[in-house]
Amino acid sequence: MRWKTAELTGWGRVLTGKAELARPEKPAALSQILKKSPAPAIGAQRSYGDAAVNGNGRAIDMTRLDRFISFDPETGILHAEAGCSITDMLDTFAPQGWMPAVMPGTGFATLGGCIAHDVHGKNHHKAGTFGQHVVAVDLMGADGSTKTITPESDPALFKATIGGLGQTGAIVSAKIKMIPCSSRLIQVDERRAANLVEFMEMLKASNATYCVGWIDGTANGQSLGRGILEEAELTSSNMAPKRRKPRKVPFNAPKFALSPPTVRLFNRMYFNRIPKQGRGVLRSLKDFFFPLDKIHDWNKLYGKRGFHQFQCVLPDETAERTLRDMLRLIADAGLASPLAVLKRTGAGRAGLLSFPMEGFTLALDFPNSEKSRALVAQLNALAAEAGGRIYFAKDSLATAAQARQMYPELAEWQKTVEAADPEGAFKTDLIRRLKLRTPA
Amino acid sequence: MSQTWIILGAGSAMGRAFARKAATQGAHLVLAARDQDDLDRTAADCLARGAASAAAVLFDVRKPESFAPIYDAAKANDGIINTAVFVGSMAPQDDVDADPNVGDLTIQDSFTGPVNFLHGLAPIMEARKGGTVLGIGSVAGDRGRIGNYIYGAAKAGFHTYLSGLRNRLNRSGGHVVTVKPGFVDTAMTWGIEGMFLVASPEQIAQDLWTAHEKRKNTLYTPFFWRYIMAIIKSIPEPIFKKLSV
Repeated sequence: MRWKTAELTGWGRVLTGKAELARPEKPAALSQILKKSPAPAIGAQRSYGDAAVNGNGRAIDMTRLDRFISFDPETGILHAEAGCSITDMLDTFAPQGWMPAVMPGTGFATLGGCIAHDVHGKNHHKAGTFGQHVVAVDLMGADGSTKTITPESDPALFKATIGGLGQTGAIVSAKIKMIPCSSRLIQVDERRAANLVEFMEMLKASNATYCVGWIDGTANGQSLGRGILEEAELTSSNMAPKRRKPRKVPFNAPKFALSPPTVRLFNRMYFNRIPKQGRGVLRSLKDFFFPLDKIHDWNKLYGKRGFHQFQCVLPDETAERTLRDMLRLIADAGLASPLAVLKRTGAGRAGLLSFPMEGFTLALDFPNSEKSRALVAQLNALAAEAGGRIYFAKDSLATAAQARQMYPELAEWQKTVEAADPEGAFKTDLIRRLKLRTPA
Repeated sequence: MSQTWIILGAGSAMGRAFARKAATQGAHLVLAARDQDDLDRTAADCLARGAASAAAVLFDVRKPESFAPIYDAAKANDGIINTAVFVGSMAPQDDVDADPNVGDLTIQDSFTGPVNFLHGLAPIMEARKGGTVLGIGSVAGDRGRIGNYIYGAAKAGFHTYLSGLRNRLNRSGGHVVTVKPGFVDTAMTWGIEGMFLVASPEQIAQDLWTAHEKRKNTLYTPFFWRYIMAIIKSIPEPIFKKLSV
């Protein structure tokens, strides 16, 4: 196997590292590579920070292992290689009446990546995380041998693998249980929320299958925390969805593209585009689930400096107060981009390091600068103080101490991981930065 | 009615991508390569993606006895039989210079082997009155260069055969596309220095399908290689012989 020298980077393009990359096209080739030179497996590199970066080391690109191995139309169980993308699953199986039970915000994410981060979607309050729909994982160790693990066969290893950041081995393939998909169109109802209190009440009261809020990170004072609530249900329409050709961001955007006045103006227009009494629209599944996938390389909009995504989840008890504090800080700093989400989360999580907890999750992007790094550090501290968590798939600025405080099951996870990978062959920059495999 | 596609070299990245493309069009597939386990998995993948059927048949271009089972698997389906030939090998020119046998194998994998296979298949295609052969040649076959002229010579020979076969199959309603891909992002080119304008296997597969539907004679893919090669071919030999492009 030839190794290719490549610059690895997260989607946020702030944390980077030079690494040697192999890209096997068959599971047998992957096994050969691991035997000779064990290294962490990476997928579509859509996590924002350094989860898929192994600077000055090696990594294995799994995206060419992307075949569907079997599908049972009776049960909806799909066995697929880890490099399959969520979009590929949706495109192939939606016409056959099935779709992944949980879909993250980008369809480019791979099956392996969705498992390793135990991702969630716009239906977390109802369906839980991606990992809760994983029936079995084929895990390849540093010795190149494959073991199929299920929640029953290896409960500890399974819980350390789901959301386990690739540290228990390379996820070669997995079986997931999909859900019926009645249509390729989704009915979306959009309503304005005038401020944070109203927004949180609307989110709590919503009984929709899919529910997500866009929040205006520039609004302050009376309008602090205003936004738009989107509730959605699959339809029974058989109409084929309209599809627009994806566009591409051809080059790094200049700084003014996301300067505070531009963002304020954009956000005001975005908010006011929804009539006061709300509105209903029909969208294609892909437009609703992966709104940004239509713009390829949208991370270039932040220019060469890249950006940080802050995402936290806060428990119900502290959510309102903490969100208010956070949004004030954000609005006062005037650094937010238009991409900001407020969502309700349920208790569902499948792994020891899974992100969600019952409460609310807030996610915002900030163009990378000294000021924004200081702001995100403040937000991270607020999240820790409030008993919340930050998301490893997004993080680039948390501290090792915060990770320990936020993830009480870390020690239990470490025990299983050390047994599975005693040599530390699967460590990545994220693991080293947050000292996730160093005993407390 | 669904047509049949034989895909020689279905284990390669381009072969796999084209198999998927044909699968989404509802074709019957006969997938042929050297690794049975891996082929079975590609067959299952193609079925999930809409193939009418997918047979996985062991095939080695250096073993002519492996050809007949493929003809038989294709003949088992009714209707038109098409073929896409992705086999070939490119040994580094240095290895060839060190050991002439290595050059022989490159010629066998990229030229004489595929030619023998296609020559056995031609009467079957003629009997079914139609069908397309997608023969994957190479821009390296357009002019001999110091870097890989054994491979280039093998591909040039293959191009000439394909042109003759096109002439022949045309009489029974069949067609042959001579395909000249530039750099494609596959295991063969992974990590090699000096690659530029690299195309994804999916892009190539889409181009191949379009060329099949439009019955193109020669396909440069991506298209701009036609112009790059036009320039390279136009360099006068007295100058060209001194270059190392």
